[in-house]
Amino acid sequence: MEFPILSLMLAVPLVAAIACLFLNAPAARMVALFATLIDLALGILLWLNYDIGGAQWQFTERAQLFAGFQYALGIDGIALMLIMLSVFLMPICILASWDSITKRVGEYMAAFLLMEVLMIGVFAAQDLFLFYIFFEAGLIPMYLIIGVWGGDNRIYASYKFFLYTLLGSVLMLIAMLWMVDEAGTSDIPTLMQYNFPVGAQLWLWLAFFASFAVKMPMWPVHTWLPDAHVQAPTAGSVILAGVLLKLGGYGFIRFSLPMFPDASADLAWLVFALSMVAVIYTSLVALVQQDMKKLIAYSSVAHMAIVTVGLFAFNVQGLEGAMMVMLGHGLVSGALFLCVGVIYDRLHTREIARYGGLSINMPKYALFFLLFTMASVGLPGTSNFVGEFLALAGIYEVSTFVTLVCTTGIILGAAYMLYLYRRVAFGEQKNADAAAMTDLNAREWAMLAPIAAAVLWMGVYPESFLAPMRQDIAALETRLASVAPRYDSALDEGTPRATAANYVEYEGHEEGEH
Amino acid sequence: MNSILFIVFLPLLAAVVAGLVNKSAPSVFAKSITTGALFISCALSWPIFLSFVSGSAEASVVPVLTWVQSGALSFDWALRVDTLTAVMLVVITTVSALVHLYSWGYMEEDPDQPRFFAYLSLFTFAMLMLVTADNLVQMFFGWEGVGLASYLLIGFWFKKPSANAAAIKAFVVNRVGDLGFMLGIFGTFWVFGTVSIPEILEAAPGMSGATIGFLGLRVHTMDVLCILLFIGAMGKSAQLGLHTWLPDAMEGPTPVSALIHAATMVTAGVFMVCRLSPMFETAPVALGMVTFIGAATCIFAATVGTTQWDIKRVIAYSTCSQLGYMFFAAGVGAYGAAMFHLFTHAFFKALLFLGAGSVIHAMHHEQDMRYYGNLRKHIPLTFWAMMAGTLAITGVGIYHLGAGFAGFWSKDAILEVAYGRGTELGNFAFWMGTLAALLTSFYSWRLMFLTFWGKPRWIESEHIQHSVHKTPEEAGEDTTGGYHPHESPLSMLIPLGVLSVGAVLAGQVFAPTFLDDAAFWGQSIFYNEDLIHRMHAVPYLVKYAAFIVMLIGLFVAWLAYIKDTSIPGKAAEQLGPVYRFFYNKWYFDELYHYLFVVPAFWLGRQFWKLGDIGTIDRFGPNGVAWVIEKGSVGAKKFQTGYLYSYALVMLLGLVAAVTWVLF
Repeated sequence: MEFPILSLMLAVPLVAAIACLFLNAPAARMVALFATLIDLALGILLWLNYDIGGAQWQFTERAQLFAGFQYALGIDGIALMLIMLSVFLMPICILASWDSITKRVGEYMAAFLLMEVLMIGVFAAQDLFLFYIFFEAGLIPMYLIIGVWGGDNRIYASYKFFLYTLLGSVLMLIAMLWMVDEAGTSDIPTLMQYNFPVGAQLWLWLAFFASFAVKMPMWPVHTWLPDAHVQAPTAGSVILAGVLLKLGGYGFIRFSLPMFPDASADLAWLVFALSMVAVIYTSLVALVQQDMKKLIAYSSVAHMAIVTVGLFAFNVQGLEGAMMVMLGHGLVSGALFLCVGVIYDRLHTREIARYGGLSINMPKYALFFLLFTMASVGLPGTSNFVGEFLALAGIYEVSTFVTLVCTTGIILGAAYMLYLYRRVAFGEQKNADAAAMTDLNAREWAMLAPIAAAVLWMGVYPESFLAPMRQDIAALETRLASVAPRYDSALDEGTPRATAANYVEYEGHEEGEH
Repeated sequence: MNSILFIVFLPLLAAVVAGLVNKSAPSVFAKSITTGALFISCALSWPIFLSFVSGSAEASVVPVLTWVQSGALSFDWALRVDTLTAVMLVVITTVSALVHLYSWGYMEEDPDQPRFFAYLSLFTFAMLMLVTADNLVQMFFGWEGVGLASYLLIGFWFKKPSANAAAIKAFVVNRVGDLGFMLGIFGTFWVFGTVSIPEILEAAPGMSGATIGFLGLRVHTMDVLCILLFIGAMGKSAQLGLHTWLPDAMEGPTPVSALIHAATMVTAGVFMVCRLSPMFETAPVALGMVTFIGAATCIFAATVGTTQWDIKRVIAYSTCSQLGYMFFAAGVGAYGAAMFHLFTHAFFKALLFLGAGSVIHAMHHEQDMRYYGNLRKHIPLTFWAMMAGTLAITGVGIYHLGAGFAGFWSKDAILEVAYGRGTELGNFAFWMGTLAALLTSFYSWRLMFLTFWGKPRWIESEHIQHSVHKTPEEAGEDTTGGYHPHESPLSMLIPLGVLSVGAVLAGQVFAPTFLDDAAFWGQSIFYNEDLIHRMHAVPYLVKYAAFIVMLIGLFVAWLAYIKDTSIPGKAAEQLGPVYRFFYNKWYFDELYHYLFVVPAFWLGRQFWKLGDIGTIDRFGPNGVAWVIEKGSVGAKKFQTGYLYSYALVMLLGLVAAVTWVLF
């Protein structure tokens, strides 16, 4: 048996979480940082040892527990990338909470570490019920982080968050019970190849959809997100936007598409419709926000809509694009929330109008903020461009109309992000307290610089990230090939014209006198 | 090691170093490193260009790095050098190097010089990536990169609300064009299975009869693809409909206007159409659109230019108008002529902008021509440079002598070819172009006369009042207010001198190469030899048309701004509505404001307040909460706390369960 690296990645933060409960504040911070850095190191090891083009499921671990329920872990390239995203963001979250969290520090760090366990677990789980446990348990630490360390209206926000996400989960659990009964196994890789009756697929798909659509979040079940973000502490927002929102997309790619391909094809129109509404609707709502975190939260909904259309394009470009948007958005929106956190820590307000002219007193901050703003806008050379471009290219094959509507997101996105940047970083320094804020300190540098590097890396050389996923995406495309929808942009080759459009004949052959 | 790598990446390196060091070193460090890099790039570019002129060079592609591979869609970072690229290389690096040098003087007193120079170099890098692109996506990278640099430089003085607004406007309006560009790339990929430009161009003729579905319609494949791509070009090159950002972009420092908003970035659309010319030649409808939009922009911008008072805005509208010439040249199939005008225009328009900057510098930041006058004697070198630019843009030259300034060669060629094309659209473009040439002559000489001739009107300017600490009343008869305009420093005069040489000679020297040398262009553009023969065979009246209207424009301007200065006021009064229509730029800004900006914000608020809060939350989570709250009041009644009532419920439940199981 090979070295159980995935279990170790779960164990390290779990042990640290328990330890944090009994430690004082400075010690808890150090332990949390140390544990998350170990997990990051293990993650890098995992990536380096991942055999691209090798077996589909690697680093598998299996232990039978009771009644067919098994402790089964293993990853493919898709899970690997999302685990990397989680372990990369986690130490940054701990740093972001370093000074700003002062009450119940031990419990806070424990909640974050537990969150890390559950996030890695959810991507590594190979058993349906194990997945469910990780998937749903993830709610609890997040609920606590918002409810205990959140802003003034934290109770309402945490309640809303919990209610929404739980509602979908109940239906998903029922569907899972039925599936295990039908297929006789709870093993995810097996289920991904299992052909469920077409009639049943519809109901199963809808049950899973209820859960994933909320997590995504898709319009119109997105309203928990702005409230949750606004009330959550900075690090909570980072992990919420960076990783939790990816659970919905991961769910689609791991469950809905491979397990219910026929239903996915039949209901793609629903996904397209909701996504198109989301792009326009939430982008316009983002335009009129006065609260920085709300604005970025709404922009997340619009970006996630690109993920869903990409996934349901049923082709390689769409699927890979959707994955790249998830990774890119995880980094960029996380970084944008950190940017908000940096100035929130100084002025304790998220109201955009209270800032202005920060380029003058915080030039380094302004530079980072600009980079992440441009990445969010999808400027080529940054992470988000690659994803958005591929996802939209993928959907063009299926529907030019959906592409047209979703691509307007690049116009609206530029409008609301640049409008935000202008009000925060440009203009006169009209507020004396904002003008007195100091530039980034070393800790904040350590948070933002790695993300900036990753954003550029992913934008200039995305091959590092695409290569591990290539084989899994191709397998999924093969699985979906039989149901892929007909194209509205189908080409009919006619008879080529013999001459160029500006063909002219020149009669006089004597040379003109110029 | 290939020199193209240095040409492209040195400016990037300089930008990064200058930007990161920023103010931790004296600003002369950032200025030296960026300017030095650009002069090296420029020095390396000219040999490449000249080797193409002499015919000794061949097209080549230097691979740099894998970018994206996703199924059949793959594209790499690579630098392509062919004739078309070589032309752009010299234009970009020459103007950029001169603008860097000029900025030493122009930006002397600015505290943020390192940032400014870093942006300029970053822009140059992005522009070079655009013109060396071997695939559509790298072109899009450069396209967006120059957009970013333009945004940053327009908003360079970010304390000014107008500069911020202009910067956002430039970026967002360009994004509208980018929407078309992106859809065009997607469509091209699905039709040809590649985004590599040479492969697309090779396969394009075979697709000329094909149809494709688009938004539920069946349309000609190549037409729809080319129109989508052209929408991108319209945004970047400020063509009618998507032009509104360009005049506002004049909020940026003047060297930026010269480099980005005159000589290089705004010509990217023309470059794109020329680069893809074999593709556009399979799309007659799209080419018709290119011709029409070009001709319409040409005349539209010229009408607006005749009425503006801000010296930079006049030149900005003039740029817009000249870009229109380039587009309709491309539309009728004369890509070489379009590129030639791009080439000469880069020199004389950069010259005009830098000259205007020198005037503004001399006049204490005043940009309104109403407060200039008689500057000829005070800043003679700037005056002569501007004169060279004006002679070039108005197209002064005599056909039978075979001599003329740069604009004469390129603009006349465009008008002749439009006429020679012999179609209705070609004739339309010819007439619009000739009329625009008249207006060009008028507004250019108007600019010259208002600025350099007549009586000084300086004291009415607030900037001058600040400088001399006098009001017009205090100054009395002395309308100069005692102000002494000073000639610009050497760092600004050298670029003016170099560009003046270009404005005078660029046409004369390169006309045979650009217009008649099919071998020079090779495979880099679609070269239509028969069309060029027809261009040379047009009647003499057509050949002299531009010169004649130039004289008329000059005469009218002389009449109105030197002979009898009361004419413009009277004319504006007589022509009331027409004048206001032109002066207010055909009300495009107002139209767009009420058509797009206001509804977007209104809809956003409605969706938020009525949609999210008023409907989804109200009937969603809050509704559930309400139901639970009411429900729990009822449920409370069951929780009496008495053991016997619980026992009763349990018993009833057991009975029910047993009944269910048994029966």
